[in-house]
Amino acid sequence: MSFDYTNKISKAVQQVPPSAIRKFFDLANEMKGHVISLSIGEPDFVTPWSIREAGINSLIDGYTHYSPNSGYIDSRTAIADYLKRRYGVAYDPAHEILITVGGSEGLDLVARALINPGDEVVVVEPCFVAYKATVEFAHGVPVVVSTKPENDYRLMPEELEAAITDKTKYIIVGYPNNPTGAVMTLEDWAKIKDVLLRHPDIIVLSDELYCELNYLDGKPASLTQFSEIRDRVIMVNGFSKSYAMTGFRVGYIAGPAELVAPMIKIHQYCIMCAPSLSQFAVIEAAMNADDEIVKMRTEYNHRRRVIIQGLKDAGLECFVPYGAFYAFPCIKSTGLTSEEFCERFLLEKHVAIVPGNAFGECGEGFVRISYAASLEDIKEAMKLLKEFVEDLKKG
Amino acid sequence: MIDDIELLRLIENNARLSSAEIATMLGSSEDEVNSEIDRLKDDNIILGYNTVINWEKKAPDNCIGMIEVRIAPVKNKGYDHIAQILSKYDKVTACYLVSGGFDLMIIYEDSTLRNIANFVTEKIATLDGVLSTTTHFILKKYKANGLIYDSPDTDDRQAIIL
Repeated sequence: MSFDYTNKISKAVQQVPPSAIRKFFDLANEMKGHVISLSIGEPDFVTPWSIREAGINSLIDGYTHYSPNSGYIDSRTAIADYLKRRYGVAYDPAHEILITVGGSEGLDLVARALINPGDEVVVVEPCFVAYKATVEFAHGVPVVVSTKPENDYRLMPEELEAAITDKTKYIIVGYPNNPTGAVMTLEDWAKIKDVLLRHPDIIVLSDELYCELNYLDGKPASLTQFSEIRDRVIMVNGFSKSYAMTGFRVGYIAGPAELVAPMIKIHQYCIMCAPSLSQFAVIEAAMNADDEIVKMRTEYNHRRRVIIQGLKDAGLECFVPYGAFYAFPCIKSTGLTSEEFCERFLLEKHVAIVPGNAFGECGEGFVRISYAASLEDIKEAMKLLKEFVEDLKKG
Repeated sequence: MIDDIELLRLIENNARLSSAEIATMLGSSEDEVNSEIDRLKDDNIILGYNTVINWEKKAPDNCIGMIEVRIAPVKNKGYDHIAQILSKYDKVTACYLVSGGFDLMIIYEDSTLRNIANFVTEKIATLDGVLSTTTHFILKKYKANGLIYDSPDTDDRQAIIL
């Protein structure tokens, strides 16, 4: 007597392949002895104390209930103040901001609120693993644009133009980028804006989780800053990466009220509201933690330069990343695939990094190295990387 | 061009970085780092390099006294005269002029309580111009030099896919 599950699972869910790197992480977790991990996509800093304290105080004061669906108005106002201060863009906290459970919920809400079956969504790869999946869960069709190292992994206007069809509903862009560390400047975005002006029906989902981790000038640069397209740009943002608040599970959507309203509808039925404790922490983060961001960004920047130097010393080609906390070197010269490289580096040198193909097919031949790790670990890992690459070249 | 504040913050937190490492981290050259450090030393901005040691683990009997000193300021020299005398003692590890109910805060470290008491009664109290002293003994250090003592240094991040 056995139940046949095969046809019971939604086809949309079945067609999304399990993550290519699950096996790799299982291997890393099973390894005995000390493993240096430069594989993790979250800050190694603990959330700044004042932010944690704000969360604790909300518990002490008994704020343990549901908040309004969109979030406490004080939290939304704090986010609007932050966006005005850092982006120079005004959002109405009453109707244009929705507090979500991390940036990830935002990606899902946009997909479910916008997609009709068969609608196309342009996904710019290499990218965060959830972009394609959220589109497919919502019965959309991802259309991949592959960015290139020779363009510093920026989205080129002609590449976007070529991917757009009359079925395109929206495009997903994520800069500063996970996994490449690429950034787009305002000048780069201006060219994308011009493409969008030629296609007035297309909506933009701009994932800006790493917006504060920009080492060019430390300032966010975004499509939201162009008033001509403001009525169709949805910003998905949050506190996880910039403020080291991953475990708080809190993010937000900012966009025109007409697009935010349907997302609030889905959010209120599925989620109800983001955790109230996290929303109180957000007020402190958005209002009073700019100094903390500067401190973390400065330290990431130091480590970034150490990684770039380490890759150079190891003889691996890498474009210079100016954002997030990743480097994305090319390992083609070793003759190994991304997965072989990472698996052997882990088994032989006990350092975990992530194969680039996990972030899209065009990531094959590359690996993602995170510098959200201590300087000691980074230095040791770069020494081992050099040894490893030399061993490979000796055969 | 090196941002000297950034350089100072970097070596304030980790004095063991080599010039080559500092140069990499600041996107500069080793020569530039060396000459900037020399300049900061010449200007008495970099005074020295310390190691932060948790002596409570290695020499638990060591004693630290925080001594409040009230002073009658000396004509033309203010508080500096006595502060400079007290600062000359090696075991005085810090000396501050402070606002409030007393004038100097002295941090004094020695191997026994008796030695600290002797220092207060024989060296400080007997100085001309010292009006009174109050001595506090440190019972436990929780944080010093910006470092929290006995804080667990663990990475509890899970290997998750993102």
